[in-house]
Amino acid sequence: MARGTKKARRRSRVQVPQPRYALRRGVVGGVLLMAFFLLVGRAVERQVLERDFLQNEGQRRYLRTVEMPAHRGVIFDRHHEPLALTTPVESIWVNPKQLPRTAQAPLARALGVSVAHLRKVLARNGKRHFLYLERRAAPKRVGRVRKAVHDNKITGVHFEREYRRFYPAGEVTAHVIGFTNIDDHGQEGLELAYDDWLTGRAGAKRVLKDGSGRVVRDVESIRAPQPGKDLVTSIDRRLQYLAYRELKAAVEKHRARAGSAVILDVSTGEVLAMVNQPSYNPNARRSGRDGRFRNRAVTDVFEPGSTMKPLIMSAALEAGVIEPSTRIDTAPGRLEVGGHRVRDSHDYGVLTPAGIIEKSSNVGISKIALQLTPDVMWRVLSKVGFGVSTDSGFPGEVSGRLPYFDRWSRFGQATIAFGYGLSVTTLQLAAAYATIGADGVKRPVSLLKQLQAPRGREVLRRDVVRTVRGMMEKVVSAEGTAPRAAIPGYRVAGKTGTAKKITAHGYAKDRYLAIFAGVVPASRPRLAMAVMIDEPRAGQVYGGEVAAPVFAKVMAGALRLLNIPPDGVQGEGLRLASSGGKP
Amino acid sequence: MIYSPTTLAPSEPARQHGLLTRLHLDLPLLSGLLLLCGYGLVVLYSASGQDFGKVERQAIRLALAFVGMFMAAQIPPIHMRRWSPWLYLAGVLMLIAVLLFGDIGKGAQRWLNLGLFRFQPSEMLKLALPMMVAWYLAEQPLPPTWQRLAIAGALVLVPTLLIAKQPDLGTAVLVAAAGIFVLFLSGIGWKIIAAVGGLLMALAPAAWYLMHDYQRQRVLTFLNPERDPLGAGYHIIQSKIAIGSGGLFGKGWLNGTQSHLEFLPERSTDFIFAVLSEEFGLVGILVLMALYLFIVYRGLYIATRGQDTYSRLLAGSLTLVFFVYVIVNTGMVTGLLPVVGVPLPLISYGGTSLVTILAGFGILMSIHTHRKLLPT
Repeated sequence: MARGTKKARRRSRVQVPQPRYALRRGVVGGVLLMAFFLLVGRAVERQVLERDFLQNEGQRRYLRTVEMPAHRGVIFDRHHEPLALTTPVESIWVNPKQLPRTAQAPLARALGVSVAHLRKVLARNGKRHFLYLERRAAPKRVGRVRKAVHDNKITGVHFEREYRRFYPAGEVTAHVIGFTNIDDHGQEGLELAYDDWLTGRAGAKRVLKDGSGRVVRDVESIRAPQPGKDLVTSIDRRLQYLAYRELKAAVEKHRARAGSAVILDVSTGEVLAMVNQPSYNPNARRSGRDGRFRNRAVTDVFEPGSTMKPLIMSAALEAGVIEPSTRIDTAPGRLEVGGHRVRDSHDYGVLTPAGIIEKSSNVGISKIALQLTPDVMWRVLSKVGFGVSTDSGFPGEVSGRLPYFDRWSRFGQATIAFGYGLSVTTLQLAAAYATIGADGVKRPVSLLKQLQAPRGREVLRRDVVRTVRGMMEKVVSAEGTAPRAAIPGYRVAGKTGTAKKITAHGYAKDRYLAIFAGVVPASRPRLAMAVMIDEPRAGQVYGGEVAAPVFAKVMAGALRLLNIPPDGVQGEGLRLASSGGKP
Repeated sequence: MIYSPTTLAPSEPARQHGLLTRLHLDLPLLSGLLLLCGYGLVVLYSASGQDFGKVERQAIRLALAFVGMFMAAQIPPIHMRRWSPWLYLAGVLMLIAVLLFGDIGKGAQRWLNLGLFRFQPSEMLKLALPMMVAWYLAEQPLPPTWQRLAIAGALVLVPTLLIAKQPDLGTAVLVAAAGIFVLFLSGIGWKIIAAVGGLLMALAPAAWYLMHDYQRQRVLTFLNPERDPLGAGYHIIQSKIAIGSGGLFGKGWLNGTQSHLEFLPERSTDFIFAVLSEEFGLVGILVLMALYLFIVYRGLYIATRGQDTYSRLLAGSLTLVFFVYVIVNTGMVTGLLPVVGVPLPLISYGGTSLVTILAGFGILMSIHTHRKLLPT
């Protein structure tokens, strides 16, 4: 070693000039320092100059604001029975990038889909980090998937708490309540009308998420979730059930196209029931393309037919053109007006006003109506609410149509008297009858429970209305058009209607609307109800045959449920001391 | 690098640190290394997600590597010099064996299964190659002749290409650097250096066609990390964010969000520098760099004090390669260089490079502590 070293030394001394190595050393040192400063410079750049930007970038990756869902308010009936409520459910989602291939088979089995299908869905979303496998899954399914995930140690499958709207009364209240979409926003009915009220304000919190999107820690609450407010509707679930059951039975029995029925509380204007056929199950709804989502009672109009007659009669009595004792000759069962002909089904001969209502004489009511000036008649109908929206606030409600009187021909005026040439909704018709029931006081219609009866407006004279109601009681007598609307023990005031359906080619010969509207108990009405059955196709078509029985069954039940004392002596001759039996 | 005999100092250190010198250890170097490794364990505890088991394993590896260093330090440089060609030859043969029979790990053939343990021959070349080139060049007077230079160049090129073929670009670069440093330190002319440098630059485009797909991806990603932020660019973007989030003083130990929330990949191995930067900030980086610079300075000092050409060349090369490690890793993590799989020396989790690096420092210590001994 010593020799080698000496040799090396000698060589270096002899052959290598010093300065070159000094330079070399300097170069090495220089390069090292340069690299060092470059690195430190880079660090300074990142940590001092770009610091805020990069810290922000970092926070964007791990600090996330997540929503804390707020409960949507409950919709109750008037007795606080829930009609729509929100229940927690779970959604299953997957991070396709984290899901191992071997997990596909057990996962598909737990989800109840084919492996091929799952594979296809995963392949299509292979680039994503978030994919719903099933939203708002049934608890049973969630349990199965959880078990599969646990047993097979599957990674990448997650569960998310979500809320689902549930409607305990199902199809019975479907139209009134409506439904919400997957994002919990009202789409139809009261859910839509009171969406802002019902919708809670989602809270927000900041959380720490790790690289795989799991929440590691709650950092802070930004705002607490504000649950939606509850809604107490005017609906009485028992009456709603009853009305729905009877309407459905009638529509089925008469093979009708559709039907609606509305029950109003005469003293408050509250809607106690509002039902339609066809209906749907809001908890598992499919397409509403066939119109089954429509709340026909407020969205569909029809010509009310003879149910208009009591109102015309009121107008005429009020204007003084007739007296209750006035005799009107309806022979020979037809009347020429302005080149057109008004017909009765029979020749009723000479009738009193009461007889006109009882027999539903078109000729008789036309003769009376034509004694009224068009403006007086229009004003009465308009005041009662025809051609004007009820302002129930229901989405999609229409106002119907009542042509202005300056465009009425004489024949037109006559036809309006028996319910053609104007259009109404079932709700409007029920509201008009509720006004008759309230001695001429019109109260706003409400779908929400009223704490106190709203002040109404007198639109018809009290004594006149009472007189007309007396006439309407005859309708359900054995000689009237609707003996089947009678309710044992109660006095019923009502009116039938059978309207020919209008089609693209004028009035159809054999397509009818069967209508019945009335109030009970007639002595001091508490309930008003309108029933409309669209196109009965099983032979019977008259309002007295098709709609009146629905009225009678529903009202009989409702009177009992509401503990309304009987006021009538019909049938059994039973007279109970009740309301004093005012005329 | 090369000193005249008159500059040789009397054995002052030997008197001061008698025991350490007798154990053939160099106190400054040893202190620097121990401090660095301690710092590394502290960072690793955080980077591993406070996995004490991982820290323990790393500590055991470090201990074993220090034992290896100690053993290497006992071997007098004269012996090393004698073994150099054989070590080199064995290494090259094993590299060929790896290509033929090696185990495949992470898409590359790097491992040789020797029954008892798996062994990475390319690691061995990190020491064997500079030893070989130093041995070859020290045989004859310096600076080397053209002919000898060409042969030395071939000695560098053969293992480099074999390693690059595995493919292990990071190690290939380090191994080549080790050889090239020896050539550079041997005093080859600036003209040659310029010529070779120019040639390499001219050939750089050709390298594109020789690269593997993933290597091309890395280069493209290096040039524009936002190109594929969720894929290839993810590492760089996340580490950039981690470093930047640290600021001057860092977020504090165990408080690095990027790393703890698992946004940062490879955080305990190749990207541990980002964790350190996030948690200890610029100050932490400066402390780390100061430790590295101190070690490199001490290594270069030892090189200048080497008693023969072989020792000086080898010591200088090993030290500089160590620094290249640091530069390549930190450059990669800070986005100055493309992603190459080079660990942060003595800090990153993992054992293979640890053994080589500390063995290299063992050689340095041996060179320094065997200087004054009388011929045996």
